[in-house]
Amino acid sequence: MTHQHDRTLRVGSLARVEGEGAMHIRLDGGGRVEQARLEIYEPPRFFEAFLRGRAHTEAPDITARVCGICPVAYQISACLAMEDACGVSVGGQLTELRRLLYCGEWIESHALHIHLLHAPDFLGYASGIEMARDHRGDVERGLEIKKVGNALMTLVGGRAIHPVNVRLGGFHRVPTRQELQRFVPELRRALELALETVVWVAGFDFPQATAHHRLLAVDAGDRYPVDGGSRIMTDADYGFRVDRFEDYVFERQVPHSTALYAELADGSTYLTGPLARYNLHSAKLSRHAATAARAAGLGAECRNPFRSIVVRAVETVYAIEESLRIIEDYEPPERPWVPVPAPPRAVRGVGVTEAPRGLLYHRYDLAADGTIAQARIVPPTAQNQAAIEAELCDLVEAHRDLDDLRLTELCEQAIRNHDPCISCSAHFLHLHLERT
Amino acid sequence: MSGATNVADRTAAPARKRLAVFKFASCDGCQLTLLDCEDEFLALTDAVQIVHFTEATRTSLPGPYDVALVEGSITTPEDAERIQRVRADSRFLVVLGACATAGGIQALRDFGDVREFTEAVYARPEYISTLARSTPIAAHVPVDFELRGCPIDRGQLLEVVTAYLAGRKPRIPDRGVCFECKARGTVCVTVADGTPCLGPVTHAGCGAICPAFRRGCYGCFGPARDPNTAAQIRLLRSQGESPEQITRVFRTFNAASAAFLAASSAQRPDTEEELHDAPA
Repeated sequence: MTHQHDRTLRVGSLARVEGEGAMHIRLDGGGRVEQARLEIYEPPRFFEAFLRGRAHTEAPDITARVCGICPVAYQISACLAMEDACGVSVGGQLTELRRLLYCGEWIESHALHIHLLHAPDFLGYASGIEMARDHRGDVERGLEIKKVGNALMTLVGGRAIHPVNVRLGGFHRVPTRQELQRFVPELRRALELALETVVWVAGFDFPQATAHHRLLAVDAGDRYPVDGGSRIMTDADYGFRVDRFEDYVFERQVPHSTALYAELADGSTYLTGPLARYNLHSAKLSRHAATAARAAGLGAECRNPFRSIVVRAVETVYAIEESLRIIEDYEPPERPWVPVPAPPRAVRGVGVTEAPRGLLYHRYDLAADGTIAQARIVPPTAQNQAAIEAELCDLVEAHRDLDDLRLTELCEQAIRNHDPCISCSAHFLHLHLERT
Repeated sequence: MSGATNVADRTAAPARKRLAVFKFASCDGCQLTLLDCEDEFLALTDAVQIVHFTEATRTSLPGPYDVALVEGSITTPEDAERIQRVRADSRFLVVLGACATAGGIQALRDFGDVREFTEAVYARPEYISTLARSTPIAAHVPVDFELRGCPIDRGQLLEVVTAYLAGRKPRIPDRGVCFECKARGTVCVTVADGTPCLGPVTHAGCGAICPAFRRGCYGCFGPARDPNTAAQIRLLRSQGESPEQITRVFRTFNAASAAFLAASSAQRPDTEEELHDAPA
């Protein structure tokens, strides 16, 4: 069937995403997409502006408030950037504890997205609440996994949302070995539940789609990237050092969004997040995570964005296994933090980590008095925005015979494939280069 | 509503109370706290009808609402209008967190020039619609209860929601963080370590987490009732904090709350003379 007239698909307020966004797609009479927009109308909060003049030590606590869903990502990226600016390297068990805290955030955020936000699309419900009427056990399992992630963040960070224990150079207080050991049974239980979730989501029906964008993820050496790394990897034949990020990635502003669009220097769109991490680093997954991925039908490469829910489930298994490994190897460091004094001259530092939904870049310029002269943050959803729109175009053209209601639902599901974090994307955007 | 409908309602199963969650300028952390009630969330959704909660459901039903939970501050002309509609539709309006109760971290714009801020962040500031100040919900509409915190505490959220659904007043103490430290037996970080701590002037509710992690309170729950900020400032000065540092300490997530605003403004150079009288 060919529609003889123009069609517009519009969702005024996207649900089950974090923050405020809308979708607007216009097709011409021939069924070709004229425009596909993910509109971000989240009010701007100007973090980059009011960070100026703040002490370098304040960045982790202030930037955590960009996002209540991934505050640890902001705290750790800020710490890495400030430590880079000050020429301090943390390392050892303090870095392991950061990774442990970060695993807590992955577990919490992924469990929330899989079970309450994304699975309802595959099973045909308006929400996890409605879905629980027929799939109570699956929702309860998700909540139980999520709770363990929150408990881990509370144990290491003091609380789950905006943890209080992170500071430049490490932590205010580090846990004893016994405090962490006591948490092992909960993690073991969560591991079993997370493996069940991989099997559950692997059985969903996945619409056909292929992501053609470039993929970007942190390169953490022989480890699956979570809490940072010194290089960024792409699926093309190049990678680059973290301090070259702004030579490779450019942002531009568009009228329909309070977020900026990121693209690579050659003008191509790219994707960060679970799909990118998995495609670039699946060989580094832990034992159970790798086995679960294979059993779920994920090969070495997975380019279907609808299967990102499976990748998220595998990454949840990984984060739990990794937490168990860190706790097993943990020896309390001699001191809870290393000093990170600001040098008495202007300096610059960058830090990159893998938030649950993708790469998060921080850069700070410090004045000679140790206050922030300029801040720049590039959040994951701003980077993914152009790729999401490109995927919507492909999807709508491939499924244009669906009626408006069904096609709109499919588009919403496609947006949720990338777990967009819209609060983040609106808040930190700083124009570097504008191109039209 | 007609009398006949009322009779029909009484013979049917009792209607569940209608709960709605709204977001304004914020980080989403306070509404996430509702989803963080992992042990209680499904029981809550059995007991009440969640009629609007964009972060959790595509379902969105019009008001009236028995209880509306509102997160975030007012920063745009559109949101200033939207909160009026939410208020009109809601029997009880409960506002959550530092953004909704004090303007949040984004109220730091109040100390700068929002036009300059917009130009600093966006290349095309003309696309951006924003207000010069970030204001709490109570600056726009009457509010039934203000729950503090950046973020709010999960246990306190459950207490407030339960209380309004049951038609009673929430039991949320408005004492200071020091009380909670004593209650949990935490050694005072100011006395023991000389660590600067806002505990004496900060609203309780978090459970005094920071001192338990050997960190001074940083005031994320905003001012306690009748805080003695003058004494707090003298104490911070005696601990070696500079006027600039003290200003910044009060200018974080609750910067626009009256008591913290006065305390941070007292550190301006033009008023510093008075403070030199204070015992060092």
